[in-house]
Amino acid sequence: MTERAGAARGLAALPAARRLDKLGIAIAGLIAVTLWLLPFATFKANRIVSGKGLGLAQALEPAAAAAGLAVFTGIALLAVLRTAPAWRLAAAAIGLAVLCFLVGLVPAHVVPAGNTLARIAPAAGFWTLFFAFAILMADSIARLALGPVARVAILGLGAAAALALLASGAWGGLSIMREFANNADGFWREAGRHVALALGSLAGAVAVGLPLGILCHRSAALRQITLPVLNIVQTIPSIAMYGLMMVPLGLLAAKVPLAASLGIRGIGAAPALIALFLYSLLPVVANVVVGLAQVPATVIEAARGMGMTARQRLFLAELPLALPLILTGIRIVLVQNMGLVTIAALIGGGGFGTFVFQGLGQSATDLVLLGAVPTIALAFAAAILLDAAIDLTRGCPA
Amino acid sequence: MIDVEGVTRRFGAVTAVDDVSLTVERGTIAVLVGTSGSGKSTLLRMINRLIEPSTGTIRVDGRDTATLPGEALRRGIGYAIQGHGLFPHWTVARNIATVPMLQGWDKPRIDRRVEDLLVLFDLDPAIFAAKFPHQLSGGQQQRVGVARALAAEPAVLLMDEPFGALDPIIRAKAQEDLIAIQRRLGITIVLVTHDMEEAIQLGDRIAVMDGGRLQQYATPAEILAHPAPGFVERLVGGSDRPFRLLSLARVEDAAETGTAQGDAIAPTASLRDALAALLWRGTDSLPVAGTAPRHITLKAILGQAGRR
Repeated sequence: MTERAGAARGLAALPAARRLDKLGIAIAGLIAVTLWLLPFATFKANRIVSGKGLGLAQALEPAAAAAGLAVFTGIALLAVLRTAPAWRLAAAAIGLAVLCFLVGLVPAHVVPAGNTLARIAPAAGFWTLFFAFAILMADSIARLALGPVARVAILGLGAAAALALLASGAWGGLSIMREFANNADGFWREAGRHVALALGSLAGAVAVGLPLGILCHRSAALRQITLPVLNIVQTIPSIAMYGLMMVPLGLLAAKVPLAASLGIRGIGAAPALIALFLYSLLPVVANVVVGLAQVPATVIEAARGMGMTARQRLFLAELPLALPLILTGIRIVLVQNMGLVTIAALIGGGGFGTFVFQGLGQSATDLVLLGAVPTIALAFAAAILLDAAIDLTRGCPA
Repeated sequence: MIDVEGVTRRFGAVTAVDDVSLTVERGTIAVLVGTSGSGKSTLLRMINRLIEPSTGTIRVDGRDTATLPGEALRRGIGYAIQGHGLFPHWTVARNIATVPMLQGWDKPRIDRRVEDLLVLFDLDPAIFAAKFPHQLSGGQQQRVGVARALAAEPAVLLMDEPFGALDPIIRAKAQEDLIAIQRRLGITIVLVTHDMEEAIQLGDRIAVMDGGRLQQYATPAEILAHPAPGFVERLVGGSDRPFRLLSLARVEDAAETGTAQGDAIAPTASLRDALAALLWRGTDSLPVAGTAPRHITLKAILGQAGRR
């Protein structure tokens, strides 16, 4: 008998409070407070003035507002009761879809025709509801205990839905899409730069960190020097790191024409790449060392006793058995780098940080969001993809 | 045949194995027994050069092991250890195929060999070949470990406490199976254990080690009846020595013509089992199964149990 069936049978006998879902109560509370108190969208007369908050009823036509209220209340009730995870997942997906659709309707309802200066942005209420539904979704996915392939499939569906929404033009009136339209060329250039910096520094860190980790595993002396040094590197604030690199790289560019012609300068992509590479080394090296250390001693002993050479032991036994932990290190690096690349914009390294810092300079929140939202989405997608890869290497040892 | 000649191994100031010489005849089982730190595992590991001797020579089938590269030597010698050391990320079939793969056998030959070994060790290939080690019981894992050690048809098999992680019932079965397989394949086995009972059960000859020195190297009966003074005497001189001696002799060796009441005992049973049956039934003689009327008496057993 499954636990769920048992729970269902005993349901009638339970006091009311025991039938409620604890996380669901928190989510429902969040939804209720949001609908009651927080503005759903912000109306601004132009791009940089601070705006006026609009509740659901003010932001939307009465029919749309009522439909939204009904859907969100229904999801809150469903979250509070102990419902099957599949239903909760469906409810969260519907909630996110309705939420994103409704916010796209706001500009047409609020902004007088012909006014091109006014801006409509999603406000705290939108973001809080988004957060509440996302939590509900993550929780129901965890309860379903889906396999790695199913989780990647859900990520793919989510990404496809988001792209379809953006391509449909339903959000065309929202301020963040107006900023996107203004920066359309730059956006894709910076997106490419952002991903290139994150993946390039990761590739470098793996190329150096994997052999270094293997050497550290074999030599305690090297390990005792390398790991503390990398630890210290990790604690240097990123701005300070860029500052430290400016002088030597600037000198290198001035003295060595080849370096300069390769684009190595005191500012720009080169120091950003080097800094990210240095930050990435510790997680990679440390996880390679831990991964190799947890390979059972009897396996190594048997491999030696059967006449495997050191190289065969490494490639046939040690690295395959350390792979899940090595991938965990790579996951840490990739998620960390997706965020850290943002800072690279400060020294002209490019990436989504360009929009963040331009937006901060112009006090244009929407422009900040144009940089921040894709950064978060990239880090999130990277985490899900690598978690799935780790599960695959653990689940079917091959 | 394995010839160990004047072998010494020092680790810094510690002499782990001190000037040991012994010969293991082809097709026999030699058991190295001793407490931990006695040097028995070091001696075993010097035979396939997982540890290099400081001085001395070891010859396997007449060939000095120092003349071969270590890896090539080890691929030609089976090696099984406590806790089996199976590769957790490989299937049973691939684990068994390890050494043949390292030696570059072709695939059909490897597949045939893996299947033969699984059958030999009572593991149905259709069920077990594709399983991973964590899906097997402890006894099955141990059998796969020994099968893997035998995969490349070595003439010599080294075993370091191979049954140490098994519970007593499975261990007894594994010991019987090992003897049966050794007799069938005619291989030479050197086995390390700290368990004197296991040494008596398995060994054609037993080498007792203490403090790095070989104290006595003789047949089990010789060691029990005439232990070398000192360590060996203390090791085997416990109150169960007569029972151990009885476990080495069979009923047919002490049976006499005559009749007795009750259920018959098999002529191949040990005298220890016969004594237990007599005590349990509270009688002083039992019939022996077979066509001739024979019986085994308490008096006859007494004649086998003590110092002669």
